[in-house]
Amino acid sequence: MAKRIGMEVSIAAAEAVKQANVDVISAYPITPQTHIVEHLAELVANGDLDADFFCVESEHSALSVCVGAAATGARTFTCTSSQGLALMSEITYIASGLRLPIVMIVSNRTLSAPLSIWNDHSDVMSIRDCGWIQFFVENGQESYDHVFAAYRLAEENSVLFPVIINMDGFILSHVIEPIELIEQGKIDQFLPPYQPVHQLHPDHPVTMGAFALPAIFAETKKAQEEALRSSMPKIIETWKAFGDMSGRYYHPVETYQAEDADTLLVTMGSYGETASVAVDKMREAGRSVGLVKIRLWRPFPFDDLKKATLHAKQLVVIDRAISVGACGPVASEVKAALYGNDQRPSVYNFVAGISGRDVTPSDFVKMVDKAEIEIAEGNKEGFEIYGVRG
Amino acid sequence: MIEIRFHGRGGQGAVTSAELLALAAIEEGKYAQAFPSFGPERRGAPVLAFCRISDQPIKIRANIYEPDLVVVLDASLLKVVNVAAGLKPEGILVTTSSDSPEKVKETLKIKNRLGVVDAVKIAREVLGLPITNTTMLGSLLKASGLVKKESFILPLKGRFGRVAEKNISAFERAYQETILIQ
Repeated sequence: MAKRIGMEVSIAAAEAVKQANVDVISAYPITPQTHIVEHLAELVANGDLDADFFCVESEHSALSVCVGAAATGARTFTCTSSQGLALMSEITYIASGLRLPIVMIVSNRTLSAPLSIWNDHSDVMSIRDCGWIQFFVENGQESYDHVFAAYRLAEENSVLFPVIINMDGFILSHVIEPIELIEQGKIDQFLPPYQPVHQLHPDHPVTMGAFALPAIFAETKKAQEEALRSSMPKIIETWKAFGDMSGRYYHPVETYQAEDADTLLVTMGSYGETASVAVDKMREAGRSVGLVKIRLWRPFPFDDLKKATLHAKQLVVIDRAISVGACGPVASEVKAALYGNDQRPSVYNFVAGISGRDVTPSDFVKMVDKAEIEIAEGNKEGFEIYGVRG
Repeated sequence: MIEIRFHGRGGQGAVTSAELLALAAIEEGKYAQAFPSFGPERRGAPVLAFCRISDQPIKIRANIYEPDLVVVLDASLLKVVNVAAGLKPEGILVTTSSDSPEKVKETLKIKNRLGVVDAVKIAREVLGLPITNTTMLGSLLKASGLVKKESFILPLKGRFGRVAEKNISAFERAYQETILIQ
């Protein structure tokens, strides 16, 4: 096993981008994404990374540069948070519609208003439907690892989609922890240079992003939708290959003490490990509780989620964003996955930890307690924002 | 798992202390985690930083409410912040102060073991600046034996480059001069 090195998670992510040997980086600084791009700018300026770093005046331009660069066949990277992602949103749809294999880390942060720099998932939920493959990671190692998996997957001929790696702002981005770095030789084998099938090139002119009349638009969207859905086997294959190389295996949905559990916590992102500590506590107290963690947010792993949860009596879904006027976005998806089954668990939904409010293992225990009581009393599809005063 | 909470004022290096401690522990092959109380950085305002050290992978990602160790980088905080909040009964508190340990103990009204060193004086004399982060790490080490002294050398060199030697001296002097009382 490689030596574990202590470093900030943002720096580890930037090191992964360097090791992925990107050609073009374009980004605009915003808290809490800043350390990633600062480190990359330094690597490029010092000559440690042979890439073009484009300083731009906004995130809209940052992603636009990536779109142009990726269209020419460059391996491109960008990174943002919160309002920055909101400003990019127009271009996110264009990047996926043009099937450009850009990789973006979103260091997740709350969207204004009120203004908040802290973590939640409202930023990425605002572009939920933009057609990118979307991962969530739960620790520093996963943040590092997923950069390689993301590029290999994105550039796969049968995939060709941009990929977002969601990495909780501050809770992950600003933490120093041990990271196992992978040797460059192994990375180079896992991730050979990008060979674009279609390329903007003056010698071989093509049109990308053409106008579509109603007569062809729906067909184009159907092709995109089918391609995204059918990327699932490639996603699984990519994680398998990554596991064979690194020893760390990842799956669309992962479980902990879940097989025989009556009650399952369902989480996404950095909640996963803290929730597992809560599960250990509840198991020690003799309670039948387990954990289901969603790693792949798009394409949504409906079948895997069903397989992991259908046997349970109740699910306690913890969202880190609100679809105002509905419920948590993860809970919506979970309910949709289960709806077609006659025998299905109740789904109790908490929104917790928005704007970075601390969520401890005992908070998870309290949420399970509350959900079990509410469900026993007949409130089988409850929704509430956890821990709100007044 | 050992949990450490650092109290300082913005600009004094509480976050750096937590980071260096985690790096030293990781250097020894342990698992560790260090993070600030996230927020806009404000020079002079009371700030917190946290560190966890364990022989097993650390899974918890939440602030520390019941620390095993508390480190205070600024004596003025002893009267304005409840620095001993949640400190475990067997936990240790180390602080900078020009007062005697007995007097500090009286101010804090705690029964815990206490380590006191005049880190500001040491930092002024050795570094020429009243920045107490590396100095207080020496004090913490004396009080807790949490990691080996040598394990700090690489992280200190990595962080401070040319002024690493001075920081190592300040660290060493605080280690020698810290007075521990029950």
